[in-house]
Amino acid sequence: MAKAEFEIPDLKEYPEVPPVQPGSMAHSKPFVAKNPKFMEPLGYPAELVDDWQEKAIEHMGELLGKYRSLQVFLDACVKCGACTDKCHYYLGTQDPKNMPVARQDLLRKVYRRYFTFAGKYFPRLVGAADLTEDVLEDWYSYFHQCSQCRRCSVFCPYGIDTAEISMAAREIMDRIGLGQKYCNEIIGKVFKIGNNLGLPEPALADTLEGLEEDVVDDTGVEVKYPLDQKGADILLVTPSADFFAEPHVDGLIGYGKVFHEAGVSWTLSSKASEAANFGMFIGSYENMRRISLRIREAALELGVKRIIFGECGHAWRVAYSFLNTLAGPFDFLDSNYPVPQHILEFTWGEIQKGTLKIDKSANDHMVVTFHDSCNVARATRMGDEPGGQFIVPRNVIKAVCNNFVDMDPDTIHEKTFCCGGGGGLLTDDLMELRVKGAKPRMEALRNVIEERGVTNMAAICAICKSQFTKVLPYYGMGMDMIVSVHQLVSEAIVLTGQDAGDDEQEDSTEDVA
Amino acid sequence: MSFLTVAFAALFYAATLLLVVGLARRIRLYWKTPAPLKIPTTPAPTTTGGVVLRMFREVVFFESLFKGAKWTWLFGWVFHMALFAVLFRHLRYFQEPVWGVVVWTSPLIKYLAFAMVIGLLGLLGRRIFVDRVRYISAPSDYLMLFLLLGVGISGALTTFVAHTDVVAVKSFFRHLMTFNFETMPNLPVDPLIIVHLGLVALLMIVFPISKLLHAPGVFFSPTRNQVDNPREQRHIVEWARKLER
Repeated sequence: MAKAEFEIPDLKEYPEVPPVQPGSMAHSKPFVAKNPKFMEPLGYPAELVDDWQEKAIEHMGELLGKYRSLQVFLDACVKCGACTDKCHYYLGTQDPKNMPVARQDLLRKVYRRYFTFAGKYFPRLVGAADLTEDVLEDWYSYFHQCSQCRRCSVFCPYGIDTAEISMAAREIMDRIGLGQKYCNEIIGKVFKIGNNLGLPEPALADTLEGLEEDVVDDTGVEVKYPLDQKGADILLVTPSADFFAEPHVDGLIGYGKVFHEAGVSWTLSSKASEAANFGMFIGSYENMRRISLRIREAALELGVKRIIFGECGHAWRVAYSFLNTLAGPFDFLDSNYPVPQHILEFTWGEIQKGTLKIDKSANDHMVVTFHDSCNVARATRMGDEPGGQFIVPRNVIKAVCNNFVDMDPDTIHEKTFCCGGGGGLLTDDLMELRVKGAKPRMEALRNVIEERGVTNMAAICAICKSQFTKVLPYYGMGMDMIVSVHQLVSEAIVLTGQDAGDDEQEDSTEDVA
Repeated sequence: MSFLTVAFAALFYAATLLLVVGLARRIRLYWKTPAPLKIPTTPAPTTTGGVVLRMFREVVFFESLFKGAKWTWLFGWVFHMALFAVLFRHLRYFQEPVWGVVVWTSPLIKYLAFAMVIGLLGLLGRRIFVDRVRYISAPSDYLMLFLLLGVGISGALTTFVAHTDVVAVKSFFRHLMTFNFETMPNLPVDPLIIVHLGLVALLMIVFPISKLLHAPGVFFSPTRNQVDNPREQRHIVEWARKLER
C-alpha cells in the first residue's frame, strides 16, 4: 500500500453517507499560479490585483449576463438537499463544503449580497455575505475540490450543475489574478507547443516510430502511426498522455490497429497533438475556443475529411458538445460523418461491419469491468440514441472480451462516480483530495473484485487512467489493473497477415510514474 | 369601509403588482440571458418533442428529485400537488359563476390541505434532523416553510374548525378584481382569515425575490431544456459570434 500522510477512507460493502465534519478539507489547496508566465499567456493578470474585490464582483456581473445557467442556477436552488450525498468528494472527505449545494453557496452568498434585493437588505436572513478574504480563500480551496463531473446535476430537481458554478468561480478568480498553477501552466504549453505535456514535434515523431516498431515486433505487421500526413482522410485528435503513459499508450496502439484493419488513411497532427482542453476546467470560453481552433486549423491544413477523438472524457465533452460551437462550422469536412466522431463509434462501426478479425480469447485472462467517465456519461453521447455513451463502449468491450461484469448500478451510467482526479485536479498537490475522492469508485470496484472476480477495470479517459493508476495502490489494489478500452481491442484484434499462433500474453511491466 | 378592509385592499393590489411585475422581470432576465454552450445533462432527448416530455416529467413528477432523494421527493411532491389542488379549489372564491368541475371536486380537494401540511412538516423535519440539510439551511429556508405552514394551517382551520364568512370574503375579492369600490363589503373581523390572507400576501411579495424563483427557473434550466444535437446543429449566441470577427 502506498504511504500517505492522511487517513485513507475505509471501503464498505454497502456505501453509506457519512456525517458532516466541518472544515476537514479546508487545508486542501492547489498551488497558485504565482509565476506571470502561467497567467499572462491566458490573458490574466500576473498576480492578485489590488482592487480584487471590486473586480471580482464586476466579473461576476459580466458572467451573469453571459451565462443563463449561472443566473438561473444561483436563483433557483431551494436547498432541498437532494445533492448533499451525491458528490464523491463529500462522501470521501465528509467536509460539508464539498456538498454540491454548499459549494454553490460559496458563490451564491456573494451573488445574493451584491445582486439581489433580499441579500442587499436582509443578508443574515438569506445567508448572504460580503466577498472577504476568507470567502476568497474558501473559493480557492473548495472550487478546486470540484471535478465538474455533473453527478449532482442528475439528481437536482432544477438541473443545477455545480460544474457551471465552479467554472464561473475559477474564471472570476483567474481574472483577478488568482489562478491555479496546474491548469494554467498546461494551457500555456498547449498554446506554445501544442499539447499538455509539452511534447514537441520531433519527440512525437520519435514516439510514433517507436510504436510502429513495437507493433511489428509483436505481430509482424507494419501498422503505421502517421504524423502530419497531408491528404489523409481522418485526423485523430487524442490526449497527449496516449503518446507515452501507461495504459494510455496501449489504447493508441489499438486505435492504429483498428484504422489499419479498416483500411482508412489517417493521421495525427503535431499542431493539434492534444485532445484535452483545460480551458473548460477554468471556465474560460475564450481559452477553450482558442485551444479548439487549433483542431480546426490542423484539419484545414492537412485537408482531412473527418475528425475522430481518442479516449478522453472531458475532451470528448468539449469535442462532442462544444467543438461545433467553438470552432465550427465544419462544412469543409465530409458531411456523411458526424463531426467529430469518437474512436469508439468508429471501432463499433467497424465491428458491426465485420472488418475486424477478433480473437476474444486473447482477453480470457481478464474479468473486465467498465468505468463510465463522468464527462462522457453526463455531458455527451455516442451513436444516434440517447445513452449510446453507455452502450457503445460496453458493446465494444463485449465484442473483444468474454468476461465482462458491471459494477453496482448506482455507480455506473449516468450515476457514475468521478475517478477523483477530473476537472483540473490531477495534480500531486491535491493528492489527499484525489485519494479520498476516489473512495466511492474504489468501493464499487472492490466489491466486484470480491464478488465477481473482476481483475481489470477499463476506462476511456486519460485522466481517469492516470488517476486510477496513482490511487489504486492507496486502497491496496494494483495500479496495472486499469486498462484502456482500445488496449482490449488491440489485444483481441488479429491483424491481416499476423503471424499465426503468436498470441503471447502481455508481460506485466510496472514502471509507471 | 373599515380600516382593515382598506388596508387589505391596498395590500393585495400591492402584492399582486409586485408578484406580477417581479416575476415578469425575472422571467425576462432568464429569457434574455444567453446560453452559450450546449450543456444538457445526458442522456438527453435529441428532439424538441423529447425535451418537452423531459420537462413535463420534471415539472409534474419531479423525476430528478425522485432519483436523488426518495423522502424529500415524497414530502415535496405531496406538498406541491396538494398545493396546486387547493389553489384550484380556491377558484370558487374568485369566479362567478364557478366552474362545474371546481364545484364537484371541492368537497374532496379540501382534505388535501392536510396532505399539504404533512408534506411541509416532512420537509421541515428533514431540514432539522438531517445533518447535511441542516448545514445548508439559512433562516429564510425555515421561514419559508413556516410561512407556507401558516398559510396551510390557517386556511384549513377556516375550512374545518371555525368557518369564516366566506361570502363576504369572496365578495371583497370580486370587488377588488373589478375595481369596484362603491359597494365593497367589509372583510369579516376574523383573526383566522386575516392571518391567512396576510400570509398569502406576504408569500406573493417574497415570491420574486426568493428561492420561490425555482418555479420559473426550472423551465429555463439549460441542463434540462436543451436538445442534445450539438453535432447536427451549430449552437452559437451573439456574444460568442462577436469573438469570431
